[in-house]
Parts: sequence; structure tokens; C-alpha cells
Amino acid sequence: MTPTHDVVLVGGGGAGLRAAIAIAETDPRLSVAVVSKVYPMRSHTVSAEGGAAGVIAPDDSFDEHAYDTISGGDWLCDQDSVELFIEEAPKELLRLERWGCPWSREPDGRVAVRPFGGMKRQRTWFAADKTGFHMLHTLFQTSLKYPSVVRYDEWFVSKLLVDDGRVQGVVALELMSGRVEAITAKAVILCTGGCGKVFPFTTNAGIKTGDGMALAYRAGAPLKDMEFVQYHPTGLPFTGILITEAARSEGGWLLNKDGYRYLQDYDLGRPEPKPVFRSMELGPRDRLSQAFMKEVAKGRTVATPYGPVVHLDLRHLTAKVIDAKLPFVRELCRKYQNIDPVKELIPVRPVVHYMMGGVHTDGDGATPLEGLFAAGEVACVSINGANRLGSNSLPELLVFGARSGRAAAEYALAAREPAAAVAAQASDEKRWLENDLLHPNGQERLATLRSEMQKAMEESAGIYREGRSLARAGETLRELRDRFGRLALQDASSTFNTERVAALELSCMLDVAEAIVASALRREESRGAHQRTDFPERDDERYLAHSLAHRATDGSCRVEYSPVTITRWPPGERVYGRQ
Amino acid sequence: MSDTIKMQVARYRPEENAELTFDEYEVPCPREWVVLDGLNHIKDEIDGTLSFRWSCRMGICGSCGMTVNGEPKLTCATFLGDYGSGPVRVEPLANFPVVRDLVVEISDFMRKLTSVKPWIVRDEEKPLSEGEYLQTPAELEAYKQYSMCINCLLCYAACPIYGLEPEFIGPAAIALAQRYNMDTRDEGAAERHDILSEHAGIWGCTFVGECTRVCPKHVDPAGAIQRYKLTAALETVKAFVVPWSAK
Repeated sequence: MTPTHDVVLVGGGGAGLRAAIAIAETDPRLSVAVVSKVYPMRSHTVSAEGGAAGVIAPDDSFDEHAYDTISGGDWLCDQDSVELFIEEAPKELLRLERWGCPWSREPDGRVAVRPFGGMKRQRTWFAADKTGFHMLHTLFQTSLKYPSVVRYDEWFVSKLLVDDGRVQGVVALELMSGRVEAITAKAVILCTGGCGKVFPFTTNAGIKTGDGMALAYRAGAPLKDMEFVQYHPTGLPFTGILITEAARSEGGWLLNKDGYRYLQDYDLGRPEPKPVFRSMELGPRDRLSQAFMKEVAKGRTVATPYGPVVHLDLRHLTAKVIDAKLPFVRELCRKYQNIDPVKELIPVRPVVHYMMGGVHTDGDGATPLEGLFAAGEVACVSINGANRLGSNSLPELLVFGARSGRAAAEYALAAREPAAAVAAQASDEKRWLENDLLHPNGQERLATLRSEMQKAMEESAGIYREGRSLARAGETLRELRDRFGRLALQDASSTFNTERVAALELSCMLDVAEAIVASALRREESRGAHQRTDFPERDDERYLAHSLAHRATDGSCRVEYSPVTITRWPPGERVYGRQ
Repeated sequence: MSDTIKMQVARYRPEENAELTFDEYEVPCPREWVVLDGLNHIKDEIDGTLSFRWSCRMGICGSCGMTVNGEPKLTCATFLGDYGSGPVRVEPLANFPVVRDLVVEISDFMRKLTSVKPWIVRDEEKPLSEGEYLQTPAELEAYKQYSMCINCLLCYAACPIYGLEPEFIGPAAIALAQRYNMDTRDEGAAERHDILSEHAGIWGCTFVGECTRVCPKHVDPAGAIQRYKLTAALETVKAFVVPWSAK
């Protein structure tokens, strides 16, 4: 018997679990499956540190949060989506409070908020500096009380089942047994997160391989704004472990090798002893990462075996503040870098962190492909535009997880049963997974292909890009795709075969990498996180538009554009550190 | 310190061999490398058939717990260099059925976790429009520690009781029940009392304290268990004591 559900969620992180609860609360008769390649509480939401933005303070307003988000995104955000996101964010954060999230508190018991990069008011809710961890565990534990939510833990989804233009389920591989099953459904929501692992140096967990993006792209849904890759300015060298932006919002300084707060040289304001909103260390991530590259060019960074670094200085914050507000920062520095930030400088460098782009959706998470929805980092609504502000992604996964859950529930209540024809597709996929993926005469090593892909991406699609190197990377990726067809796998076992999963993940990453490079090559301007040295200016005439990467029938990537929705904030200059 | 180190890694391939065996590999040993880096090096460069779980490699996802030289450890937070000239022996977590190589079966824990109702229980909920429930920093502090559990299961691997009596509900699940019992927003302690005070609940624990010792997040499950025993004992005797003392 083919298992069937009303809605299948692919991915069990913050967005997926929020969607699951939304469906269960919409109608408890709807059967919901959470299909995840890891146990849900291992999902990468767990690593988010700094906080979740939502207007709550009396001196704050929806309009100010909207303006910060839109200017932070270099006017590539859809403003109608931003407005609904900002209005729903505080309600979602409060709902999480009802479910037990241990938000940090003011002395009188109200929820506390902290400043964050690119934000003009204190509006970032936090649970010390383990916000994502607490949100994920709260959502997971809460999800356990809904009997209509069924979990497929450690199942890898390899394909979307599409018939008659409608998504009707997935094919998935159970890691434990090697069993391949069709799981049919009236609607599918992708909640698989980002794709940081297409780059060699990333804060992202090993599981962030763009699976959902590739599934949608292959099934015919376009990927939007894939050229916008966020580098977080403060990662630990070697591991790429994230040192949260909250370290700067609590008052940390960025220093070059001379101990100089170099951000003052890059139109980000004047150094003050205390943090100033939208200024210096509280500027947006794209501008801070770009400033780092310019310091490297001036020879003002510190050389290490793992590349040039600058220093994050928290010493003046005192042990008391660090232990209360940034305990995880101290723990990570001690454990992984063998330094104590109370007494020592933290070496940091920019690191691939977040994907602004993703599966093209509307404000309800609906993709252009009927029956397919997406929410969280895998999706692009877009509220993040060309550069996401820190602490907007956690509320994003709540708001759009919930919205897509409700929309998919409504859709499923009215939709037809999955067609019998999808079973035939499932058996083709099963044959491919069980036989054809194991090339008996393959010679190519998986790890070699993966590291060549990562190198090509870092060299071409990093903080600064240029047409020729992007074109060359496109060639390299096509060659890697050919070589993937001659992959040699050593593991033929059906029991917890992680090599087979790694091969499937690599194939997803190759598709996603191709979409990133093709979209970056086509956009001949510089905006937000996409900086072209050969086109250094923003060009609203030609490119105030979303890129949409479609997979053409010959397997190549075709890039088209769609308009950006502007409601009340016409494109203007991004101003940080000055009036 | 030498440039390389020997790793002895447990292998279990149920389709080929019913016995657990060891394979030995020589891996590089730079100062920054953790045990997990060694395992990934083996998988990528030497033997693609080695299976293990990992993800965040920053000590928060809870995936990569294994036994390293006899101790339950998060392999992402355990440096190869700490084992001198080696060898470093890596085995699956104890007290769980082994699925393959370093991968263990954890569905028993998942069931136990669910059984303690780890969610906020309330008779009535005030509408969202009325804002948050107030909770002072001191009230938060009271349960905060128990909310830090990453479900890595090192405590189950270290617990001699769980090893002997698999019905024992175990350290992490009891700590989590206490996390909700002690949350000022929760009213579910009575519902959780039944499962916790069963024979397989808290009474299984003889306060060995190994769980607290191995916890990488300083959760102190042993403290949670002892504390709850007192609560449960009081609940049990209350029925007798109250009528008598009312005289």
C-alpha cells in the first residue's frame, strides 16, 4: 500500500513544524506527514543564534520595521509581502511564547528585545544566543501533541511526483532500511532550508544542500533571486562557526590588524563607544562583508592559515554581560577556537550564511506549480530582497510556515485524490535509486566533485563577482554534471547508506549552483549581496526585477525577470551611519 | 604531537557480518581537528562505506554523539589532539541497538520523550491580543537549565540503569518533564505525574549521576530526577498526612 496523506511536508525544521501545526489546527482530520532526512530536532534552525524580529516596543512601528527591511534589501523586496510579514511577525512570536519558548525577559517579566544590524529600533526577541535552538525544540515538542501529524524521520525525498501539472506527492528513501516509497498527497510543502554547502566555507550545517530548491527546479517551478547569497561578516576561521550579530548589537567592535574600527572608512558612520542603530557594527551584513574585502585589499587584515581575518572585540562588555546575553558565543570560542572572548580578541572572517533566493512563491507560500508550496529559507517570497537583515529569517519561517500550512490545508480540502499515474513515476525513480545510481564502471570520487564545485563557487560567486569568472564557473559546473554521471560509489548496502544520500545531495547542489551562477551572470548591476566589479552600480532601469531561473528542457538554466512590487517606499539610497 | 593519528572505528554491516568489528585508519591530526573531522576524512578520502550521523558541527544539533575511547562524547566537540599519540577508538553510543557502523536506533527515546508530554498544558489560554504571560528572569532561570537539552543521548549511553532496565524512562526525558513542570506558564504537572511516578519513571534511578557528568550542555538530569522524587514522594504521602494534620 502506498502511504498517502493530505499534505506532505518535506523538511522538519522551523518552517516545516510551524506549517504542520497550522495544518493540524486548521482541520484535525487532515493527515500531515513530516518527511525529513534528519530527526526534526536536528534541523538547521537549531543553529540560529541572535534572535527574531517583531515589533513590540512602544517606540517602534510596523512602518519602521518595513523601511529597515526594504532598504536593507536594496529595494528588491516585494513590499506587499514585507507588510504582511511585519504585521504577523509579533503575533507568531507571541504564539511561540504560549507554546513555551523561553524568551529572555525584562526584570518585570515582559519579553526583552535587543538591537540588531540594519534595524533602527530594538525589536529582536531572543532566548539568550540560542534563539533558533529554543524555537526549534519548542515547535518540535509542541508538534508532538497533534495526533494528525505523522513523522517520517530520516527519509530522504528524491523526487516530487507531478502528474497533469499538479504535484501529488514525493518519492522518498528510508535511510534505516534502504526502502524506496512513493508517499502521495494532495499538497506538498517544501521546508528544506538553504544551500550553504554549495560553498566551501559556510556557517551552514552539513545537511544544507539545497534539496528542496533542486526538487522544485526539476519539477518545473522557478528559482527566484538565486544570485543573492549572504555572507555573514563574523565566522570563526577554519570551522566557519557563526559568531552571532548579537555580539555586535550588545556592543562588540570590529577591528583591523591595527586595532582600528575600520568600518568608519566605508560610509557606515563614526565610531561611538556604545552601539548606534543602523551605524558601524550595526550596519547591514552585505556592507560589512564588502568592507572586509576592501580591508584585505589594503593589507589591513591579519593573515592566518585559514585566510585573512579581522578581530571582533567583546572584552569591554565584561564577563557579566557576555555570560548573560552571549553565553553560546563564549562557549563556542572556548571550545572551538580555544580563546576566551572576555579576555581575548575573536578572529573572524565573512562566511556564507544564508540564501536570499529560493523557490518562487507568493505570500501564501504557493509556487507556480499547482499543489506545491514552499516556506522558510528554501522559498523566496521575497521579503529579503538583495540582502536579508539579521533576525528577519526566524520570524519569516514562522509567518510563512503558518501561512503556507493554512493555504495548503485549504487547497487539500478541495483537491482531488492523487492520480494512479503517479505510482508509475515512483517505480521509475525507485529503479534509478536502487540500480542506476550505482555506476559499476564509475571512476569519479564524490568528495572530489563536491570540493571542485565548492571551489568554483567561491572563486566566482563570492562577495565580489565578475562576468568572466562566472562564465567560467558555468562551464566547470557543466563538466561536473557530466562527471557526476560517472560517479563511483563504494557502498552498496541498503542499511543506513549515507554515501548514497551524499550522492543525491551533490546532485541537488550541482543544480542549485548552476542556478546561482546563471542568475549572477545575467544580472549586470550591483545590488545588495550581489556585487559585480564589472558593473559596480545599481541599475533600477534594467534590474529592479526578480530573476527567475527555469530549468530548460535540455537541462540548461534559463533566466527570466518579473517585476518587484513597490507599495509605499520608492527606491532610494541606502543610508547607514548618517542622517 | 605527530602529524597523523590512528583511529580505530567500529564497523557493523548487518548484511555482511553479524559481528561488530574494528577498522583502523590513519588520519591527519592538525590542532583544529575534532574526531568528527577525522571521520569525515575517512569517509571522503579512504572509505566511503563508513556510516555515521552529523550535521551542525557546533555542538547544538545533537546528531554526532558516539563513544570515544570509552566515553560518550559529541564528536564535533572532541579534539583528536586531546588523545596524544592515539589511537582514538570510536564506537556507537552504548545502550542503544546499533543499526550500522556508528549509527544507533533511537526510536525508544523518541517514544519516551513524547510520553512525558513535553509541551505547555493549560486549561485556558489568554488571547494573543493580551500579550505575553509575564515571567521574571528568576522564574525563567528556575527551569532554563532543563530547557538546554539537545537530545544527544550521551546521558542514556552513560546511564547504568537504562543499560540494565530499558523500560527506565531515562535522564533527558525526566529533565524535560521537569522543564515544563517548573515553567510558570504550565499547568500540566499532574498529568505528567502519572508517567513519572510509575516504576519505570523516576524510581528506576539510584542516583548514580553519570548522566550529569557526561552532559555536554550542563543540564544536570540527575538533579532533576532527585528533585522530582521529592515532589512525587510528597504527593504520595499527602493523602495520608493531610487528614491527620487537619485534626
